[in-house]
Amino acid sequence: MTAITDERILHTSSLRKLLSRPELGSVVGALAVFLFFAVAADSFLKAPSLSTVLYAASTIGIMAVPVALLMIGGEFDLSAGVLVTSSALISSMFSYQMTANVWVGVGVSLLVTLAIGAFNGFMLTRTRLPSFIITLGTFLMLTGVNLGFTKLISGTVSTKTIADMEGFPSAHDVFASTLTLGGVDFKVTILWWFGLIALASWILLRTRAGNWIFAVGGNQDAARAVGVPVARTKIGLYMGVALGAWISGQHLLFSYDVVQSGEGVGNELIYIIAAVIGGCLITGGYGSALGSAVGALIFGMTSKGIVFAEWNPDWFKFFLGAMLLLATLLNAWVRKRAEATK
Amino acid sequence: MARYRTWVGIAVAGALCASLAGCSSTGGKRAEDARKAAAAQGRAAVDTPRWTFAMITHSGDGDTFWDIVQSGAEQAAVKDNINFLYSHDDEAQQQAQLVDAAVDKGVDGIIVTLAKPDAMKAAVARAVKAGIPVITVNSGSAESKEFGALTHIGQDETIAGRAVGEELNERGKKRAVCVLHEQGNVGHEQRCAGLKETFEGTVQNLYVTGTNMPDVQSALEAKLQSDTAVDAVVTLGAPYADTAVKAKESAGSAAEIDTFDLNAKVAAGLTAGTLGFAVDQQPYLQGYQAVDLLWLYRYNADVLGGGGPVLTGPQIITKDQAPALAEYTERGTR
Repeated sequence: MTAITDERILHTSSLRKLLSRPELGSVVGALAVFLFFAVAADSFLKAPSLSTVLYAASTIGIMAVPVALLMIGGEFDLSAGVLVTSSALISSMFSYQMTANVWVGVGVSLLVTLAIGAFNGFMLTRTRLPSFIITLGTFLMLTGVNLGFTKLISGTVSTKTIADMEGFPSAHDVFASTLTLGGVDFKVTILWWFGLIALASWILLRTRAGNWIFAVGGNQDAARAVGVPVARTKIGLYMGVALGAWISGQHLLFSYDVVQSGEGVGNELIYIIAAVIGGCLITGGYGSALGSAVGALIFGMTSKGIVFAEWNPDWFKFFLGAMLLLATLLNAWVRKRAEATK
Repeated sequence: MARYRTWVGIAVAGALCASLAGCSSTGGKRAEDARKAAAAQGRAAVDTPRWTFAMITHSGDGDTFWDIVQSGAEQAAVKDNINFLYSHDDEAQQQAQLVDAAVDKGVDGIIVTLAKPDAMKAAVARAVKAGIPVITVNSGSAESKEFGALTHIGQDETIAGRAVGEELNERGKKRAVCVLHEQGNVGHEQRCAGLKETFEGTVQNLYVTGTNMPDVQSALEAKLQSDTAVDAVVTLGAPYADTAVKAKESAGSAAEIDTFDLNAKVAAGLTAGTLGFAVDQQPYLQGYQAVDLLWLYRYNADVLGGGGPVLTGPQIITKDQAPALAEYTERGTR
């Protein structure tokens, strides 16, 4: 036996492995929030209530997963919130104006939404401007386009209903149906969310692309020097966010058949909050998809738990802010401990 | 010891007040407390069981109009021995989830606004299916019955818009600007469309960012400076009337400012003559009646409206009625 000196093949205990997981802090936080509301709100633990909480978490979580990946890659996307609305509007208005099967609109919406994501990534890699600025520009442009185009095409501030068109029932089943398990109704978005978590975790932890994402987020220049395709990785990440926006947008459209053009503003920050609570670093290079899911779950539990506990909802934002600070502090502390014991 | 110190503190403060005349003998917190003490103490007037009613609106954070609706509902809840829960979200999806949460809780009655009717359809249906009586308020008069609600309480926005058009005709106006402070609000579009229907002059829609008052003022100023023939500005919310008056003054325009909804400033403006008229939809009544009608339904299976909406407006308020309402706007119920 020769003495091993390389730290990469050192044997680490399973406890230490657990402590160095990015989502550990958020899991502790989620448990605390769950227990808190289980005690404070008597209807919180009922199955339908938990289903509502899961649904609320999934509507945030579907976007928080790709946003977390993007943040691990070291970038922001401030246009993510309104992109969801854009995606729904494109789908609805294309189907309606062309009198096409709604699946045509869904397909067109996917292409256009991915193109907007690619535009974000392309602008970022070409101009070298911070993503904060680039996506702030996209955010403002999309907000205006959503309102302007809808008014121009539909003549009102919301789209016309497409519920009576061909293909609507099947699209509704895919994006917005309700599944009954053991007498409790669950929304299909929960499945989409779990699917995205699994896919993103696999990409991050088991593929070359995952290594590239960590590399470009950790140190872009070093990554480029060792041959990581930085531009392609970042454009791909933005297209991932667009994919999430497309799924969320189609869910909005098919659960409500009509889309309000002014919505979605401000949600981009909620996705970022979910990712950060879940252990993603603002500076990039660290985080996990599972963590973002836990962050979204905390968000869902808090937003609905306050209702179940019969508190004044005016305080909701205060709790959210406090939770963001606490979770981030906890994450930082856990990470420091984990690194110190290496 | 501590108590002694407190007393000394109060005595010192009192002495300071008296010697420096630093206390206001009018208005302020003290006057408000005196008013409250003079008013009847909030006690239930009925002996029905303590039911729980949830109200879910599409209001944004910190909205004056919805504050009045809420206080009407709360006072009716006190009288009817109701445990009243209020929640709101301006995003349709979030509002629907809040209705779902109320159904999960198993409340005894739900009051909901249908500003975005399609988004609320499934949530309201779920409540009706669970056997919870639902009353719609403020917006959604067309959809209320179809969704299975008992009744609708509110104002038909198109009718209110028409009333404004007729009032402007009577005042001999020729060129009006309709100021929309919330892009994407269907009710606001209906108000301006109703105004266009009956008004014999021309109407232009002006979109402003309602969450940013300086922006509202500068946009209006620019409009009034560039189009000097405008002789009537119609704002769609009470807080914007005051801003419109400021814009008119700095633009040197002679336009009359008229507004939807009331608040203390609007009442004062009507009395002083800086505002022409206000169109009120009585938000206090919307909240109060909704709770009261739900209580009546639970207690006696009574339903009001005979299958149609119960209208709370429009009511045109001019210089003649404003002074009588000033006191009510001050206390935040009109």
